[in-house]
Amino acid sequence: MKETKIKTRDLTLYYGAKMALNSISLDIPENEVTAFIGPSGCGKSTFLRTLNRMNDLIPTVRITGEVLVDTLNIYDKQIDVVNLRKKVGMVFQKSNPFTKSIFENVAYGPRINGINHKGQLGEIVENSLKKAFIWDEVKDRLHDSAMGLSGGQQQRMCIARTLAVEPEIILMDEPASALDPISTAKIEELIFELKKNYTIVIVTHNMQQAARVSDLTAFFYLGELIEYGKTKKIFTTPDKKHTEEYITGRFG
Amino acid sequence: MSRKRDITGGLFIGVTAFSALLIIAVIVILLVVIIIGGKGTFSWEFLTSFPQDGMMKGGIFPAIYGTVFLVLIMSIAAVPFGTITAIYLTEYASEKSILAQSIRFAVRTLATVPSIIFGLFGLGFFIKFVGGGMDNLFLGGQLKWGQPSILWASLTMALLTLPVVIVSVEEAIRTVPREMREASLALGATKWETILRIVLPGSRSGIMTGTILAVSRGAGEVAPILFTGAAYYLATLPTSLSDQFMNLGYHIYIMATQSANVDKTLPIQFATTMVLLLLTFTLNLTAVIIRARLRRKTK
Amino acid sequence: MDNNAGHNRFVFTRDSLKKKFRLSEFLSEKIITGVAFLSIAIIVLIFFFVFRETLPIFHQKKEAAKVENVVKPEKYGSDANAGKTNSSGQEQYGVTTKDTMMIENKTPVEDTVVHGSDEATLKSLAGTQWLPVSDRPRYGLIPLFVGTLKITLIAMLFAAPIAILAALFSAAFAPYWLRELLKPAIELLAGFPSVVIGFFALMVMATFFQNIFGYDGRLNAFVGGVAMALAAIPIIFTITEDALTAIPHTYTEASLALGATRWQTALFVTLPAATPGIFAAILLGIGRVFGETMIALMATGNAALSSINPFESVRTLAATIGAEMAEVVFGDTHYSVLFLIGSMLFVFTFSLNALAEFYVKGKLVKRFQGKQS
Repeated sequence: MKETKIKTRDLTLYYGAKMALNSISLDIPENEVTAFIGPSGCGKSTFLRTLNRMNDLIPTVRITGEVLVDTLNIYDKQIDVVNLRKKVGMVFQKSNPFTKSIFENVAYGPRINGINHKGQLGEIVENSLKKAFIWDEVKDRLHDSAMGLSGGQQQRMCIARTLAVEPEIILMDEPASALDPISTAKIEELIFELKKNYTIVIVTHNMQQAARVSDLTAFFYLGELIEYGKTKKIFTTPDKKHTEEYITGRFG
Repeated sequence: MSRKRDITGGLFIGVTAFSALLIIAVIVILLVVIIIGGKGTFSWEFLTSFPQDGMMKGGIFPAIYGTVFLVLIMSIAAVPFGTITAIYLTEYASEKSILAQSIRFAVRTLATVPSIIFGLFGLGFFIKFVGGGMDNLFLGGQLKWGQPSILWASLTMALLTLPVVIVSVEEAIRTVPREMREASLALGATKWETILRIVLPGSRSGIMTGTILAVSRGAGEVAPILFTGAAYYLATLPTSLSDQFMNLGYHIYIMATQSANVDKTLPIQFATTMVLLLLTFTLNLTAVIIRARLRRKTK
Repeated sequence: MDNNAGHNRFVFTRDSLKKKFRLSEFLSEKIITGVAFLSIAIIVLIFFFVFRETLPIFHQKKEAAKVENVVKPEKYGSDANAGKTNSSGQEQYGVTTKDTMMIENKTPVEDTVVHGSDEATLKSLAGTQWLPVSDRPRYGLIPLFVGTLKITLIAMLFAAPIAILAALFSAAFAPYWLRELLKPAIELLAGFPSVVIGFFALMVMATFFQNIFGYDGRLNAFVGGVAMALAAIPIIFTITEDALTAIPHTYTEASLALGATRWQTALFVTLPAATPGIFAAILLGIGRVFGETMIALMATGNAALSSINPFESVRTLAATIGAEMAEVVFGDTHYSVLFLIGSMLFVFTFSLNALAEFYVKGKLVKRFQGKQS
């Protein structure tokens, strides 16, 4: 097994008085794909969003426990959330391009980081789009609005946009849930490529997808981590009856 | 029985429809009467020349100039402040905090304060307190700022139009999807960077609508400038912020009520009213159209 | 890959992720919050500065004997204004007053007249005569109140039914396309400057009504009231329409399911359910008419009479300020009385707005959450 990249310890999260995550502890290895599965409302997306502190945006959220990235607790008071998010990128369920050109979308992150040199930006944009397997489709219309792309292209452009900030970890929140099968296949292929250089955590409600792309799978139910292990094992011989029931489609 | 019910119903619906029709009719009549009364006198020359013969003849150029000058300074003051307040209410304040609710209440109150009160405030605060204070501090008591002027009139008008800007911009900011803010933050942008690069560009049309509505309101209001800077007649155009100015609405009021010969200047009055009415009407129509488009887009 | 991983190893360090102080972030938040306070500050300042100019009336009463001290500027100030502003304030007011008098080409009113009648001023406020520029000035507010109330009543008698019925038409009966036309049209009416409505009333409506009713004075409370109704209709219409459309569909569907017709549902279910909103609409409409200046100045005739005849001329509170403030000597009793009227207007509209806001909103929320009592 590879080295641990992210480690959570007794992570508990409340929305107001309601407990949404109950004492989650798990280790996510480096340069692998880890999938979170479970029925909707089980807390898998909430948990994903604790890993780059996106839940900070919701005022009623309260969190206890630890999230260690490379042994550093990201909920430490000394941690700078803005820089943290540059290192832990996120791709959302619904593709959310800015109403700008494709170029400006991808260049957004580098610009925020103070890169304004045209040649340098062009290089970053091209590399990022290439890494996201979309360069060939958009290279002739970089300065057209990103809103004109298809759903699948938008999502891959959003991945390119995330890559342009040079993160180490990429969180993906049901990245293919709104896409057609062909676009989904492209995204999955892309995830497979990306794991060589990035640690990827993906939330999905599609169990076939989890089985196809991930190395490890965690099953969540009602805010609890029920089972976590090698994907192969989870999908063939799970330890818990609950997991088996969900995977075989008896509830969910 | 059922027949009787139908007749009553028809009558009732008829009465409501008649009321709606009545309002529309009044709007149309008002527009038509003013335009018919004014179009004979209206000409390019009317817009670009000075009044002559004790305002018995000639054009209304200084009044147009003064009105434009007024709304310009007013916008410079009201639009940034209104936009920033809207940003605070949407991006920084939590919906239920007492502070946010107090600000909202203050904004709505501001929108319902009679415009003449703004005039009194302009006189008591801007002219006497601020202007008088400036004269004493910087000019050793020499009178320059402590009297009615276009600056104080514009600032008074800015207070009046502030709620208009705030409400429009706030509405527009809310149409910027949460997903875009999240995308920006997830890329490592700070809150302020997100506002500057994503939220504000996304609400440009709202800021524009707010500005247009404010300009229209500022161009039409007279009560706040009655004693904060509007002048009956000036032979020269205002060149400095401490000058007094002529104004379209005030010009109509003066000509219609205090003119030496009201009947003789009637065509000028109608034409001036037509100019003001068409100006505000066009501005409002533009705002209505932009806003309708914006709403359709968010749907 | 190893290269990459090796490089990554050192990125998540306490140093690279150490909390940074970002000046632009800090400043922007502070400035934005500060500016947001402005709206509240303006309300407070309006209250303070408008009220402050009325103070001399009350001070003068106490010190009526010491005539020379009466207009001493410190009397304007309150504790908030103590110290250096006060000392500079002395000159400031003095200068302003003198020079303004020169500018306005106005002969200063004899001091003795102004100050000698201060106690009388306060007493005359409750009188029936508004004669601010006579030898023996009297500041009876009663005719102004009567005039304002009369105008408000007439305006609301026209505006409220028309606007509410039209709103009901728009919300309950009109086809979609008509509704989408009606609402912007009425928004446009809201954008008509009141000086234009005043001019229309003065030049067109006055003659029109005189021909119909055949009364003597062209300009009177009736003409002014109808013109003000034009200003109040958009407000009442918009708020009523919002209140009507905010009623949950379950309300109307239940009624329709029981066999009631569309108009019965509108009249007996929708309209009653929206009463708090309609009440708020009327309150705000009253506030609008109460404080309207230009229409009152142009269309009512401006005679301070206390009669109840709707076809007689009236002078409203707001119009009195508008007409006389420009002519008045800064700082004298007449000036202060005008500010007193302004304070009253402000307090009144403020209360109306607060009432509409808190009482009505609370009621609406309760009603739709099923906690109706």
